[in-house]
Amino acid sequence: MKLTGAQALIKSLEMEGVDVMFGLPGGCILPAYDPILDSTIRHILVRHEQGAGHMAEGYAHVTGRPGVAMVTSGPAATNLVTPLCDAYMDSIPMVAITGQVPRPAIGTDAFQECDTVGITRPVTKHNELVMDPDDIPRLVREAFHIATTGRPGPVLLDVPKDVLQAEVEWYWPDGVDLPGYRPTLKGHPRMIKEAANLITSARRPVLYVGGGILKARAAEALRALADLTGIPVVTTLMARGAFPDSHPLCLGMPGMHGNFTAVTSMQHADLLIALGARFDDRVTGRVGTFAPDARIIHIDVDPAELGKVRRPDVPIVGDCRQVVEELVEAIKALDTPQADRTEWMATLRRWQEEYPLTYETPEDGGPLKPQMVIEALRDASPPDTIVASGVGQHQMWASQYWRFDHPYTWVNSGGLGTMGFCVPAAIGAKVGRPDRVVWAIDGDGCFQMTAQELVTASSERIPVKVAILNNAYLGMVRQWQEMFYDERYSEVYLSPDLPDYVKWAEAMGCVGFRVETPEDVAPTIEKANQVDDRPVVVEFRTDSSEKVFPMVPAGASNDDVITAPGVTPARALRGER
Amino acid sequence: MAHHTLTVLVENKSGVLARVAGLFSRRGYNIESLAVAPTDDERFSRITIVVDAESAPIEQITKQLFKLISVVKISELEPAAAVERELLLATVRADATTRSQVIELVGVFEGKIIDVGSEALTVMLAGQPSKLDDFEDLLRQFGIADLQRTGRVALPRLERNTPRLRAVKGKVG
Repeated sequence: MKLTGAQALIKSLEMEGVDVMFGLPGGCILPAYDPILDSTIRHILVRHEQGAGHMAEGYAHVTGRPGVAMVTSGPAATNLVTPLCDAYMDSIPMVAITGQVPRPAIGTDAFQECDTVGITRPVTKHNELVMDPDDIPRLVREAFHIATTGRPGPVLLDVPKDVLQAEVEWYWPDGVDLPGYRPTLKGHPRMIKEAANLITSARRPVLYVGGGILKARAAEALRALADLTGIPVVTTLMARGAFPDSHPLCLGMPGMHGNFTAVTSMQHADLLIALGARFDDRVTGRVGTFAPDARIIHIDVDPAELGKVRRPDVPIVGDCRQVVEELVEAIKALDTPQADRTEWMATLRRWQEEYPLTYETPEDGGPLKPQMVIEALRDASPPDTIVASGVGQHQMWASQYWRFDHPYTWVNSGGLGTMGFCVPAAIGAKVGRPDRVVWAIDGDGCFQMTAQELVTASSERIPVKVAILNNAYLGMVRQWQEMFYDERYSEVYLSPDLPDYVKWAEAMGCVGFRVETPEDVAPTIEKANQVDDRPVVVEFRTDSSEKVFPMVPAGASNDDVITAPGVTPARALRGER
Repeated sequence: MAHHTLTVLVENKSGVLARVAGLFSRRGYNIESLAVAPTDDERFSRITIVVDAESAPIEQITKQLFKLISVVKISELEPAAAVERELLLATVRADATTRSQVIELVGVFEGKIIDVGSEALTVMLAGQPSKLDDFEDLLRQFGIADLQRTGRVALPRLERNTPRLRAVKGKVG
């Protein structure tokens, strides 16, 4: 069967089971947009290429299937760089297709030409410039294989226009032949046995769970391990929902803005079992003082993570689900009771009671507290609601105050910290899970970066809900300037009413609400929850001076965690180690 | 300076060298020298990289390299367990008064004179990098107009029947 390169490309995507793609056409990718008219794939036309990338990420976050974005060459490809880097940092499976100038024009500085594979090489797991039309089906197959296996990540195919126009004989490869790519999935049996012994005898162990658990679809296996051993669990920003917050063993989020018990439990642990986590600086604080007494079992599918930051005592390369299941069997086979941890659990419970997450209740007539808004949203939402966020204070409050009891309900930008992620990622998530309520909890600074994608959501009838915590500032930067730059506020003020968010929402085809008083919070959320035929935007005017606590200042030790201004209770506990 | 020699078997495709070089610069690893050559199998090329041992742990470097899809195999060559060679070309000033001394020096090092001009000679030496260092130092007194070195290439020493100490394996892939 003879096809054009473009037809072969779209057919290959269909063969990979793609049901939806996000994109925006242009000169060089034009040939690939023609067969889309005849395809089963739903194409969602974005308003900016960055939106296409983040939508693909949001889709991948909640479905586990690779998100697909297709854009043209030059500026479109460079607009995709941020989402690619974001997906690379957070190990999101994604396949990006970019148009390229025709082969004879490559290297001549042709119109809308840029070195896309050169620019995206450091921010993709792999990329290829397709120079032979006959390679299209094979390279698409390889792209999906690479994006979804091992440590997932973004893969980009750059396709010149004349390659799309060329005629090819259709085929579909049986498999992939990549001599340099064979991820290790099964854990080393001797290491697993060693890990089982360490776990069983540890007096103060903590399961340090990262986003890799979700990527490996290992939430159930983790639950089995925790229930079998009774070991408490911390879930990092990327792992919220991997272990239910309502489970008695769940300590919540560790790290720079983690709760006191999660942070301090790791500092006092004698064993950390790191599962799909990468000892990020936002979790460890100053590395030299992180978990000083802990031995480390580190399980990750990416061998380069083992020993990158902290040398593990027991390194295990493998798929998290497979290794955790093997670990559960190995612990059972030991037939030895778990060490007595009564004292450890009592200490953790005491910390939880003494140092819970708190915020001051607002004064009468005072501005809304953002934490209260998030609690109200949470209490009015079904438990499997998907929450997306941008980056900054609102992200931390959302992670702290939402109750995540289901995996794949939290969509956020962790590693790269991409402001503007929220709105398009929420749209992608809603496309992937139309059956779920999707709340985008965004900040006013973030919202202004990518809000135009709500036009996409309106025209495509994707009913996401957006809550803007409008504190009229780039809040997290303001917090740092207040705390570390003597309250010298430099270029962080945004204004509460410019733009007018309600009018802006309405102009984009959404329903818009504004909430300024505590009495209005619950009724307006109720109204927003009843809108299900179009996007809805609720602007909450919140307290500009509110700060995120607890906080470990950048570069400080986790023992210096500040629970409230001037209060550092973990310092006194150092002696108890 | 302490160094490690990695021989990296890569797919023979365009852009592979850029991937390897880009990885080194992005992660802050220092390359001392780098040589690329085809292998007997046309599907693969071999990159020989000499890395500054202080810039990063060699284990982390090999693991990051191995994440590149185009990298098929990595071996670390312990200096004691490898044969290493490098080639040097130099144009040296050699007028009537110094010409015979230059020729003599090239003879002592078992190098070759490959081009002759009225005021200069171009000489060549292949050998162990340390020998090339010595040669370069001694040429300097005459005045070096141009100098190029290839960077080292290396292969593991062959197994022999007589038992001897081997470098510990297990650092790669």
